[in-house]
This record gives sequence, C-alpha cells and structure tokens, in this order.
Amino acid sequence: MLNWQGGLFDPQGPIAVAERAMLANATVVMLAVVIPVIILTIGFAWWFRESNPRAKRLPDWEYSGAIEVTVWSIPILVIIFLGGMTWVGSHDLDPKKPIGDVEKTVDVQVVSLDWKWLFIYPKYGIATVNHLEVPANTPIRLTLTSSGVMNSFLVPQLGSQIYSMAGMATTLHLQADSEGVFPGISAQFSGDGFSDMNFDVRSVSEAQFNEWVKTTQAGSGSLTRKRYETLLRPSIADKARTYSKVEEGLFEQVLMMNDSGPNKEICVTPSFYETEINTQDVNLIGNK
Amino acid sequence: MLGKLSLAAIPLHEPIPMIAGLGMIFAVIALVGLITWKKWWGILWHDWLISVDHKKIGVMYIILGLVMLLRGFVDALMMRSQLAMAAGGAAGYLPPDHYNQIFSAHGTIMIFFVAMALVVGLMNIAIPLQIGARDVAYPVLNSVSFWLTASGMALMNISLIVGEFARTGWLVYPPLSELAFSPQVGVDYYLWALQIAGVGTLLSGINLTATILKMRAPGMGYFEMPVFCWTALAANMLIIAAFPILTATFGMLLLDRYADFHFFTTNMGGDPMMYINLIWAWGHPEVYILILPAFGIFSEVFSTFSKKPLFGYHSMVYATLAICGLSFVVWLHHFFTMGAGANVNGFFGIMTMIISIPTGVKVFNWLFTMYGGSIKFTSPVYWAIGFIITFVLGGLTGVLLAIPPIDFALHNSLFLIAHFHNVIIGGVVFGAFAGYTYWFPKVFGFQLHEGLGKAVFWCWFIGFYVAFMPLYVLGIMGATRRMQHYSNPDWQPFMIVAFIGALIILLGITLTIVQLVVSIRNREKTRCTAGDPWDGRTLEWSTPSPPPHWNFDAIPQVRSLEDFWHSKQPNGEPLQYVDNPSGKFHMPKPSALGITLSFFATVFGFAMVWHIWWLALVGLFGCIAAVIAHSWQTENEVDIDLNDPAHAHGHA
Amino acid sequence: MTVIHHSHANDHSVPYAKRGPAPTNVLVGYGFWLYLLSDIIMFSAMFAAYAVLSSHTAGGPKGIDLFVKGDVLLETVFLLVSSFTCGIMGLASAAKNRNHTYWAALATFVLGAGFLILELQEFSHMVHEGAGPSRSAFLSAFFALVGLHGLHVFVGLVWLVVMMLQVKTIGFSDMVQRRLNCFNLFWHALDIVWIGVFTIVYLGAK
Repeated sequence: MLNWQGGLFDPQGPIAVAERAMLANATVVMLAVVIPVIILTIGFAWWFRESNPRAKRLPDWEYSGAIEVTVWSIPILVIIFLGGMTWVGSHDLDPKKPIGDVEKTVDVQVVSLDWKWLFIYPKYGIATVNHLEVPANTPIRLTLTSSGVMNSFLVPQLGSQIYSMAGMATTLHLQADSEGVFPGISAQFSGDGFSDMNFDVRSVSEAQFNEWVKTTQAGSGSLTRKRYETLLRPSIADKARTYSKVEEGLFEQVLMMNDSGPNKEICVTPSFYETEINTQDVNLIGNK
Repeated sequence: MLGKLSLAAIPLHEPIPMIAGLGMIFAVIALVGLITWKKWWGILWHDWLISVDHKKIGVMYIILGLVMLLRGFVDALMMRSQLAMAAGGAAGYLPPDHYNQIFSAHGTIMIFFVAMALVVGLMNIAIPLQIGARDVAYPVLNSVSFWLTASGMALMNISLIVGEFARTGWLVYPPLSELAFSPQVGVDYYLWALQIAGVGTLLSGINLTATILKMRAPGMGYFEMPVFCWTALAANMLIIAAFPILTATFGMLLLDRYADFHFFTTNMGGDPMMYINLIWAWGHPEVYILILPAFGIFSEVFSTFSKKPLFGYHSMVYATLAICGLSFVVWLHHFFTMGAGANVNGFFGIMTMIISIPTGVKVFNWLFTMYGGSIKFTSPVYWAIGFIITFVLGGLTGVLLAIPPIDFALHNSLFLIAHFHNVIIGGVVFGAFAGYTYWFPKVFGFQLHEGLGKAVFWCWFIGFYVAFMPLYVLGIMGATRRMQHYSNPDWQPFMIVAFIGALIILLGITLTIVQLVVSIRNREKTRCTAGDPWDGRTLEWSTPSPPPHWNFDAIPQVRSLEDFWHSKQPNGEPLQYVDNPSGKFHMPKPSALGITLSFFATVFGFAMVWHIWWLALVGLFGCIAAVIAHSWQTENEVDIDLNDPAHAHGHA
Repeated sequence: MTVIHHSHANDHSVPYAKRGPAPTNVLVGYGFWLYLLSDIIMFSAMFAAYAVLSSHTAGGPKGIDLFVKGDVLLETVFLLVSSFTCGIMGLASAAKNRNHTYWAALATFVLGAGFLILELQEFSHMVHEGAGPSRSAFLSAFFALVGLHGLHVFVGLVWLVVMMLQVKTIGFSDMVQRRLNCFNLFWHALDIVWIGVFTIVYLGAK
C-alpha cells in the first residue's frame, strides 16, 4: 500500500543521483552517533531507575574531564567530516556549475507566471507553457526569472531546485540520464493556483528532440510581447502548449521590468483575478 | 467612516470560519456569563487582569498559549484532513483561498502565540523564584508585555470573523504579500497583530534580561545561577537582539502596503530578497529563543529527578552561550536555493552544522546527568526522555538540510516540514509540557494528575511519529509544502497515516484538558503547600506553594549553586537569609496600564487593518494618554508588613 | 530560619555580581540601556536596507543630486548643540535647580524642533521635486530611515514636555530624576544614530 517511489527515491539524472548519495551518506554517518545516543538514553534511564537495587548511585558526580573532552570531541569530529562533505558538495553541485560538455548544452529560459511555467528555447526560437522537452543525456542550462511572485523550479527526479525571482536571473544546470516523463512543480508557494503549477519534463532521444523542435517550429502561435501580456493574466491548471516563434529578447525584457521605473507596462497588476485563457493560435500538448 | 470595512467583510457564505467564529463568540459569552453569575469580576480584575505579579502573568501567558494551541491545532487537523482527501483529481473540502489562510494562520499562531506564550510564561513564573527575587525588574512593564501579546492574539482571532487572514504563508514573503498580489486585508491583520505582540515580546525580553542580570539574591554570582536562568538569559538577550529586526522588517512591508513605498516590490527597484534575508535574521535566532529555555527546563528535570547535580554545568553554560552567538550567523540556510555562490552556501552550511556541536554536548551532558542517578519516572521525565530521542532525530534531519546540495533537492518539501516539527514539537512543546507539569505545583499548591500526564505524553510522542515520519518520506518522494491538492495517488496513503497521527495528538490535547479538570477536582489529595513536592534543588522549591505575592519573606543569602539542596541534606546547614528586622518591604501595586494599552492597541490595529483612520488615531492617542496618565502616578507601591497578620497569610 | 545580619550591597570585598539586587535607580537606567540597544538594532536593520537599496534608483534621482549638504550640516549642528543643552539639563536637574532645568530644556526643545522643521522642509522639497518615497526603492529607504530618526526626535520632544510638566507638578522626586536620566540617554543615542545617518546617507551619497 505504501509505495516508496518517485522523487529522490527514483533519481533520473546525475545531480539527483549525487544528492541522493549525499543524503544517504550523511544519514548513515549521523546515525552512527544518534542510534547509540538513543540506546544510551533508554539504557541509562532504565538502569538507573529508582527501584533498581543493583544500580550504583553516584549522587554527587557532576564532572569528569575525560567525559567532557569526549562529549565535545564526538560532535566536533562528525561535523568536521560532514563540513568537508558540505564544502566539496556545495562546489560540485553548485547549480551554476555546468555539467559535462558545454558545447552540447541546451539552453532554456524559464519564466514563472501566475500560475504556469513558460519555457523559451532561444536557440530554436520556440517556446512552451507547462511542458519542458529535453534531450536525454544532454546537459540543460536553465536561466530563470519570474513575472511577479517568487516560485521555485523543481523536478524532484532530476535533483536541484532554484528560485525564480522577478528582476533577477538564476541559473540551474540539470540533466536527465534516461528517457521518460518526469513531473515538475513549483516548490515555493505563490498563491491560489500554486498546487496546479505543474509541468511535465519529457526526456527523449536526441533525434526525437530535434524532430520535436522541427514540428514545433512548423506549428502555429507566435509569442510576441503582446501575447506574453495575455499570459500574465493569472490562470490555474493551464494546458500545456507550444509557440512556433518567440519575439527576440522577450526574456531579457521580462528580466528588466524591475528597473523599468514608472514604466509598468510589462508588470503584473492586481486588477486581474479572472482565469480566462487565450488559447487561440496555440498548440495544446497532451490533455493536461 | 468605516474605511474598507463593510458587512461583506464577514464571511457569511463560508460555513467553516463562521462556525469557528460563532463557537468562539459563544465561548466568550458563556465565560462572561459564568464570571458574572459567580460574581468573579472583582477577583478576576484585581487579582489577575491588572495584577503585576510575575507568577500570575506567567499563568495568563500559559492560558493564552494553551487556548491558542487549540485554535492552531484545529488548523492543523483541517490541513491534514484536506490532504488526506485531495489526491488525484479530488479537490478536498477546503478551497485554495481558505486553505492558504489556514496554513498561514497555523504557523503564525503556533510560533507567536503558542510556543512564545508558553516559553515566556514559564520564564516569568520560574526566573524570579529561582534567583531569589520578589518580582521581575519592571513589574508593570511585565503586565504591559503580556497584554500587548494578548492584543495581537485578539487581532488574530478577529480576523477569523471580520475579513480574512493572510494567504501567504506564516512569514508573508514578498512580493506575494505586497499589495499588488495580496490586495486583501489578511496580510495587514498579520502585520499589525505581530507588530503589537512583537513590542510586547521585546519589552518582556528587556525585562527578564534585566531581572536575571540585576535582581539576583546576594551571593548568587553568575555561576551560582540555576541553568534554566542561563538558558533564559540567552533567550532573552536574543529577543533584544532579534525582535527589533522583525519590527523594522514588518515596518518596511507596512510602508510598502500603506504608503506606496518600494522596499520589496517587484518594480521601482524594490528588492524582495532583502525581506527574506531580514526576516531570517530574526527568524533563526527566534528558533533558539524558543528552544534554549526548553533546554533549561530539561536540565532542571533531569537533575531533579535523577537526584543529582547537572553533569557538566559549566559546559552547559558555554554550550548555551555558543548557540546564542552562532544563531546569528546561519540565517542564509533558509534559502540556499536563492542562487548564492557555492562559497556562500558552503559557509552557511558549515556554520549551521557547527551549532550542532554545543547541542550535541548538551545531549551527552543530560545522559551523564542520568548516569549514576536514582531516577524517578514522573511525567516530566517522560517528556525529557522523549525529547532526547525525538530531538536527536530532528537534529539529524536538520544537519541534512544544512548541506546545500541536499537542501537543493529537499528545500520547501514535506521533509522540511517534518524536520521543523520534529525539533519544535520534540523540543519546544515537550519542554513546555515538562515545565508546565514541573512548576504547576509551585504555582498552585497541588500537583497535576500523573497518570493522565503520562497519557498525554504518550499521545504526543506516538502521535508525533505517526504524523511526521510519513512527511519525511513524502518529502523525499517530491511532495512540496503548502499544496492544497496533489495528483500523485502514491502520496495519499502516507497523507492518511499523517492524519491519523494528528488525531492521536488531538487525543493528547483533549487529555491535557481532562488532566487539568481532574487535577483541580482531586486537588486535596495532591496538596503540597510546603512547597517542595519533587525534592527540588533550586531556590523556587524553598518557598511555600503557592508562594506569597512577594515570593520570599526574607531574601536568601546564596552560598552555592544548589544551596537549597545542600540545606536539606542530613549535615546541611540551613539556608541563610538577609536580615530585615522590621519585617517591612514594598511591593508594586496592581496596574491597569497593561489592559488599557491592550484595548487601545487592539483598536488601533483593527482600525489600521480596515483603513479607518479616525479610529486609528483614537487608538494611538488612547495608548499615549494611558502611558502619560500612568506616569503621573506616584504611589506605585504598597507596604508589606510581615508582622501584620493580614499579610502573613499571603494577602497583600 | 538562620539569618545573617548585614546586606552585601555596598561591601567591596564581595564581587559585584554577588552583591544582590541593584537599587531602583540602577535598575531603571540599566533597562533603558537595554531598550536603547534594541532601538539601535532596529536602526541597524534600516541602515542595512538603505545600504542595499541606495543604488536602486529605478532611473530616478540620486542622492548626490538631491541632498543639500549645507542644510543637513545645519540640522546636525542643531542636534549636537541640543545634546549639549540636554546634558546641562541633566546637571541642573541633578542639582534640583528648577529654573536652570527649564531653560536648558527649553533650549533643547527649540533646537530639536528646529532640527525637525529643517528635516520636514527637506522632505517636502524632495516630494515637490518628484523625489518622494514612491519614486524608487532608494528613496523609500531614505525616507524610512531618516523619517524613523525624525519620529524618534518627535517622540523625544513630547517626552521632554511631559517631563517638564512632571518637574512642575511632582518636583525632583527620585522617580522624575530617573526619567530625566533616561531622557538624557535617549537624546544622546539619537545623536549617535544621526551621526550614522549624516555620514552614511548624506556624506556617503553617490
């Protein structure tokens, strides 16, 4: 009945695999201290119970230099070990750090909107909503920002997450090692439509990916700045869809809105809480 | 005239808040009726509401904390039941706009009005008695602190019936909490309730710090202080250092929302990330403000019931101070996923782990306090042993989350939720219950029912594991926090188990009430007016129970850390007291300043929430006038004469 | 009960920490110091926010274009001199000299009010130029930080008036003396904060 699967139980990329290994290693190292402590706690408490005639009482014993040294040393040693692991791990698994072949890396620009994800493929001039198509065994470089509130981009089976924040670009490198469909979510609460802010990551072979790019480019829908403004309108559980063309520099314009001063045209305003979606001229993917 | 307030603000169409609100109103009416019928108003007013006696203020804090625990826990039950239902395509029974208020209110209530209230209440009760003082340093200010906390609580509860609460999470991160994305009044309720309560907490921190540092009985140097006083001192110094940051941060967000400032907006150069940095510069020390006094309680409990001095007292003190200092250099671990560089993340990860060193030392010292002891298994000992077992696991998962790459995967997940409930329930709640049971006979002169106390412990202990272990698993499976529903059907069985765990805790909370009622009815059987039911070691047990308003007829002249314990030994010399031949001294008079300020502060907060500017001015000037009027009172003290038989019986 | 027959309060052979509870005048001053520390931490948070946001001008005016350093220097002089007169008030009240206390308090009040008037003029001038707090995050932080200090000065002025009324109606009782002492601490602390504002905000303007 209880299925322990998905997420880090079922990692699908090098980052997630490394993170799972760290999780397991650190847990084991600490359990080596924690389990004896728990046993000693119960053991001492039980042995030295008031009613145990065999227990040796030391009613004034309150200090022992040797024990003091030991009790400071044990946690210090554990933390030196884990601290080293932390320092190395922080650098190895830094989200900014490229994975493998930089030449082959696929670039995706990500914008979190209320309450959907926009993925722009600058090299191919295409974009998708709530769907991320990636080639397997290929590093992906995601550059993220937000149209308004903060979100966190997370594909649990691929590992690391990173915040998407208005006016700032964050970078995240991920890779899928196998083909398949992996669920993605927002991991930072962002309002009423948050629970449905899901997307699928479809990892396919390189040939299939190139095919998908071609089909998408040949499809309909053009993501101009004007159409982007309709995307800004909050919507919940939006259908996945593609755009065959993207206005050049759109991501940069979204990014710059924070410094736009009184020019608020590309900012979100509180006026809309309707969930009308413009689905004309776009290709819907699947039946989300 | 009424600003944004209209009848539409009352959620008549939403049954759940209406039922809860009506229930609350009925409870208040019933209570008022009972007090009127029993003619208790005079006693209630004079002996409690305007009392400046630290013990009574402490009791009122704890009552406030327990009442809010009921409300915060109802929120928890609603969340757990919603998530047990809302799997696959199911929507559950709580729509997002309501669900989002519930988890925001749950966190706010549990931290600010339950954990803080219980911890501050216990510190109020125990500190002056432990240091041989007749009251805290500033008794009237103490009453003001309590009543400002009560004012914040009142605003929290008003938000249930009039308007709504924040839907943004318990720390109201911008930009979501900015006017552009949260135009409703919920965030304003949050901000004003916590600004007002926060001032109360700050004043309380100043008061208790000054009390510990400046009011100790003669002969009590720093290393003759009971260890609870040390941990309380560290916690109160943290309050002084951390709460002003909270006030400033909320002040900036209020300016954004009320005056079109741009501290944290997404346009005009605002910087939402600055809020997150500032709020955690308060928020992380806040964790230690809660847990350090709990550590102190456990130290007292282990020592008392093992019939041994605390093992490694000096180590404990240094560990406490180390935690106190380190708590200010770890805040960034709350947002490793913001995209800081590897060096920054690595540094804060390691600093966070370093905190586990002094904490680990404490655990070992408690272990060796038991070693060689003669342990009496009272319910405080149950809480203390349950605490060690639970807390080391919570510490383990905390260190895991302090490793940035692991945090990248598990940040904001249910793993994180399980972690902080693990340390807050296992540490703060268990500590508060241990302290409540431990000092209850001191305050009331009779004991709580032990059997029921142990039943309460088992419910919390088992309930905690059933409720939160599944959340650890769910977190690793990729479930994030604050979801109102989810599509993965694999998660549902774990969610159902977690809900069952919450029901077990509910039984524990119910038994707490039963225990109180049963204990009051059986009070003649457990009377301990002599004052030392646990064979205690520190000065509070040298007074009768309940202690007189002035705690000590004569101020003790302290000779050692466990002076009272030594005085009870076969060859021990009795306690010494400072001579006061006249038997006369002064005690502060009751003062209505606190409750008056509370009234006007609530009016002010409510008016600000609804933009009723004239009423806000009434509230503000009411507060100022109350303070100024109080400042003209010159007769603030009453004379106590122990030779006068009226006083010798404890009636001031 | 065994009783010992003397108090250690003034026994210099006993370490300070072991001499027992502090007398009220020490206790009140001590608590007020703790309050001032917390207040300074609140200002530190505002300073930190200002430091982060001072470059976030969103295309709006910068500090160096807005601030008139001569006027701010005059404000500074007013406040520093008021601290001096406040100190004199402290001496006069310690000597229980009512007249001197009133005059020194009056001087302090006038200088403090002068400071506030100059500050409000600066604010209103900036708002009229379109450089109000809504214009940019930098200006938000500026108005909030400087305004918070100004609010403290205003509260100080009200407090000063209340204290003079208490001197008049209650006289130089111990209680009133303690409060005058706290007022003195408060006023000097505002000076210290202002030195920070003057240096970081005005002299450091870019």
